[in-house]
Amino acid sequence: MPVRLDGGWQELDAETCAAVGGHLGVYQLGTADGTIVYIGVADARTRFGLRGELLRHCADPPSGATRFRIEVTHSYRSRYMELVQAYLHDHGRFPVANTDLDRSRFGVLRPGGGPA
Amino acid sequence: MDFALTPEQTMVVDMVRRFVREEILPLEENLDADAEEVAPEVLSRLAARTREMGLYGLDTPPEYGGPDIDMVTRALIAMECSRHRAGLYAPCYQAFGGARQAQLFEATDIQKERYLYPMLRGEKRAFFALSEPSGGSDPARAIRTRAVRDGDAWVLNGTKLWISGADRADYGLVFARTGGPGRSGVTAFIVETHWPGFNVTRVVHTLRSSKYATEIHMEDLRVPHENILGREGGGFEIANDRLARQRIPYAAECLGVAMEAHRMAIDYARIRETFGAPLAHRQGIQWMLVENEIDIRSARLLVLDAAARADRGEPFRTESAIAKLVCAENGFRVVDRSMQIHGGLGVAKDLPLERWFREMRIRRIGEGPSEVQKHVIARDIIGGSLR
Repeated sequence: MPVRLDGGWQELDAETCAAVGGHLGVYQLGTADGTIVYIGVADARTRFGLRGELLRHCADPPSGATRFRIEVTHSYRSRYMELVQAYLHDHGRFPVANTDLDRSRFGVLRPGGGPA
Repeated sequence: MDFALTPEQTMVVDMVRRFVREEILPLEENLDADAEEVAPEVLSRLAARTREMGLYGLDTPPEYGGPDIDMVTRALIAMECSRHRAGLYAPCYQAFGGARQAQLFEATDIQKERYLYPMLRGEKRAFFALSEPSGGSDPARAIRTRAVRDGDAWVLNGTKLWISGADRADYGLVFARTGGPGRSGVTAFIVETHWPGFNVTRVVHTLRSSKYATEIHMEDLRVPHENILGREGGGFEIANDRLARQRIPYAAECLGVAMEAHRMAIDYARIRETFGAPLAHRQGIQWMLVENEIDIRSARLLVLDAAARADRGEPFRTESAIAKLVCAENGFRVVDRSMQIHGGLGVAKDLPLERWFREMRIRRIGEGPSEVQKHVIARDIIGGSLR
């Protein structure tokens, strides 16, 4: 299983987001050129899982996000930690729209390869 | 044989039970179903409470500032601390001080200054790396990570698997082969995670979404000779000591979750009506509850027996293996039956049962699978020919 999310990007619009299932999982928001601007998680507190989270962002896209990609997973907490830590490894900082993260709550991961 | 609790033990059990009910359960109403942590300021507040109770640092020896409690009381506390959603792998969200690398209490004075005391002050985090892709239950034979002496240092190469907390740790204990095959060829090293050649390469995703495991790669990792913990070739005893010591509270935590699942099943069976009668009136449900009760009572006796033997200074390896085996197996069955009684609600994340089911399944494997516990027991009751 790849460390980094490598699924295809989809348009962050209401119609596309509404078609996403209400599953637990992780997601990334990106700009048109594929720059990741936000890493998120649809945990058990969300009302409609990934669909609910994406529709929320669709209404108010952070940092110019126009696209999204998802991964449905029951291991949403460990996968979220892994994605954020892989991003930290690749870029040395959090994604620009992840403004509420505390560095001390994330560790150091040194995965092979580079950003997708 | 007297299994009654002393007045002090009764007081401690009541105090911890009240702490879980008043402080932990309300917190969990606003946390994700798989949460493993609370905000640092919340943890500070909780830890202040456990310090007031005189129970902070449960596994820290009194000479290092921990409470001076016997193993029976430790087991009773473990049962109570685990009676909430995150209780199996994050009992009370570490408000009682969290897990400690107990081996470091045997470290040299310099090692204690550098590693143990900062950990006890909460300034540094540590991990424990024994298992490898080649196996974890038989470390004496499975360890392939190699350490080769080079002047004043050792050079480590190899891979460790199923290692909790390595990505967020400052240092850890790494077991590597410095000699030939078997027990005497294994040495424990204290390794700092920022040293060149140390890499946490991935998160290992399992049934347990919280407290995840990681994989570590070491490539030409240079470790100073003075960072050997204990003696060269003495790593197996260090690892084995940890495993034996931890089995009792580990078993008791399984039991605590089983007790809570059973309590929920009884409550639900009393109020849930089907076909005109409460579930509790159905013989099929009654028998499940009876089986739960028997599984819990028998496991409780065994874990307290192991703890009492440890307190008396008697050998307790066999008893702790029996306790770990029975508490994990019985606990899993109790949670499974309790889910069944709850029907669809039992598998929903609205209740903690589904998390306990996933995590209890891991308990039958972690810290020595049930089959390895049986192997330990068989070796002791049959004798040396199996060694």
